[in-house]
Amino acid sequence: MNQKKSNERRLGWLLCAPAVTALLVVTAYPILYALWLSLFRYDLRFPEQRAFIGLDNYVSILTSEVWWHALGNTLILTISSVSLELLLGFPLALIMHHTLFWRRAVRAATLIPYAMVTVVAALAWKFAFDPTTGFVNALLGMEQVWLTQRWSAFLVIILTEIWKTTPFMALLLMAGLTLVPHDLIQAARVDGANAWQRFIKIIVPLMKPAILVAVLFRTLDAFRIFDTVFILTRGAQGTETVSLLGYNTFIVSLNLGLGSAVSVLIFIGVLIISVLFIKGFGASLTQGEKAE
Amino acid sequence: MISIRLTLALCITISIILYGCSSQRREAIPTLNWYVAGEPSGAFSMAARRCSEDSGQAYKIEQVPLPADADQQREQLVRRLAAGDNSIDIIGMDVIWTAEFAQAGWILPWTGETAEQAKAGRLDAPLQSAIYQNQLWAAPFTTNIQLLWYRTDRVTAAPATWDEMILVAESLGKTGTIQAQGERYEGLTAFFISLLASNGGSVLDVSGKHISLAQQPTLQTLSTMARFANSRAAVRALATTREDQARLAFESGHSSFMVNYPFVWPSAQRNAPEIVKHMGWARWPAAIEGKPSRFVIGGLNLGVSAYTPYPQLAFHAAACLTAARHQRMAAELGGLLPTVAALYDEPEIRATYPFADVLRSSLNDAVQRPQTPLYNDISLAISRTLHPMRDIEPQKDFIRLRRAIERALNSEGLL
Repeated sequence: MNQKKSNERRLGWLLCAPAVTALLVVTAYPILYALWLSLFRYDLRFPEQRAFIGLDNYVSILTSEVWWHALGNTLILTISSVSLELLLGFPLALIMHHTLFWRRAVRAATLIPYAMVTVVAALAWKFAFDPTTGFVNALLGMEQVWLTQRWSAFLVIILTEIWKTTPFMALLLMAGLTLVPHDLIQAARVDGANAWQRFIKIIVPLMKPAILVAVLFRTLDAFRIFDTVFILTRGAQGTETVSLLGYNTFIVSLNLGLGSAVSVLIFIGVLIISVLFIKGFGASLTQGEKAE
Repeated sequence: MISIRLTLALCITISIILYGCSSQRREAIPTLNWYVAGEPSGAFSMAARRCSEDSGQAYKIEQVPLPADADQQREQLVRRLAAGDNSIDIIGMDVIWTAEFAQAGWILPWTGETAEQAKAGRLDAPLQSAIYQNQLWAAPFTTNIQLLWYRTDRVTAAPATWDEMILVAESLGKTGTIQAQGERYEGLTAFFISLLASNGGSVLDVSGKHISLAQQPTLQTLSTMARFANSRAAVRALATTREDQARLAFESGHSSFMVNYPFVWPSAQRNAPEIVKHMGWARWPAAIEGKPSRFVIGGLNLGVSAYTPYPQLAFHAAACLTAARHQRMAAELGGLLPTVAALYDEPEIRATYPFADVLRSSLNDAVQRPQTPLYNDISLAISRTLHPMRDIEPQKDFIRLRRAIERALNSEGLL
């Protein structure tokens, strides 16, 4: 039995090896180079003043109110958009899963926002909320200048994110729904469980791995949000996110040392999120396997 | 419209990159790539064509359009230059980039005969904008400076100072608003530096290495900004207004005053003939009664990339492009102000710019934005600290501003 298990494991690693190697070749060098750069004072405008400064860049970022402000913004955006997407994604997934007519058309229609280039979608939203030419104010009978105040700007950014990525969430959840065996549902019906009970007691537990994957992917994406904010506000009105901060430091100010340090911190943030998720819900992943 | 432009810009950028990767840069007639912001009137492309023809097959100038937004222009250029891109020969440089590009070694210094051509007959302020550490780094091409535009049918004379203008605007009631640029971008920085200079202050000291920001003029400037933004004279969208939004609002007749660049004049003639009849102009309002205002100078200088395979040709071509006859063309067709002083006396130019004398006197008193390689960071520090204008608290923000600029000068810390 044990022999069989270790054979299985070896085969698993062998099957993964090409992908792992490719990933390492493509990503390891840039990541290590960024780590290396982040230990230097290196500003492209003063190329001759390059100097090793150890962890000073990190100290300067972590003691700066700008960083914590941006991190707070990013977390607000991440948590609010992902949780709302999960709430909206479930009904969408159920609809897509249960449609009897034009199944393909329904799925395609749902996926249109996700298929759009983010920059284009963000521009469309920007125009929609423009106080002079946009239709939103006319529709609501308001005279709000949406993108000039922090909370209304945040609202527009979150709405754009939700509109754009809920379909992705729904797609992953729908894949999870197909994992639920039909006879289990039937059995629950026979036992007298109503629709809500069936959903909470049977469908959701069996779907846990799919939900975890969907939420994890979206959280990681949302944590690195860049293009939507870049188009809508450029980070003004206190809507700057960590990725925008990295862009401004690295690309706009050409401060390679500091910019790399910001990227490394974002990378660490992504790692922490992944570890938390996998540790927090890890059990459910293996449970999913056992249930089969 | 913007998205179309953006898409176009993206397409062009991608094709340039592909072209740049595939082309060998050794041709029978050398092609000089002139990276410059798109110019809709065609004055630039005409100049490029003429210079190519006059060179007697020595070179051919190709215009490569950059994005419309100055920040995005700089982003694209510095990325390419930092990577040593040799497809760039001549660069249309915003006046604020001179120090940065020179210090980083991205552009070549001008010497000898072409330097003389580049200096010939230029107004002093535009010429100074192309000089860094006593060395000429670019040929002054066009210039730009804000004026005050006002409605002659609503007020009899232009207000002389900001305080007076705010009072007059408030007394006019609903249509009495002042259009200004308050979005978090270079325009807000320009507004602050100009008002500060008009108050007798400056951001950096003479050496350009240390902070100046004397207390009295700075506090005065900040309180004027706060007062303006919180008065009834400011529009609600001040925090997101750029030059173009201000122009549109003024053309719609909703405002009585506007501080803006001269491009608003030909635009109003085209789009708002009713407004033009009552459109007056004056010098940018002063901060102190009896002390003329000083506004920051803008415009475009042509530099030669340090990575060009044809430096000599590029210097000649840039000197030709910036010659007086091409400046005249750009002024008449494109609404871009010339840097050659004599052009301001020509009848055709004066017909196009009835306010030529106000322009010239404004240019004579113009102030340079800090000429330091760190200007971009300093500008960000200023616009971030002072945005939105309505939230400025002079005492508190004076300290915040000093601290932000100090950090920018040491190129440390996030902005």
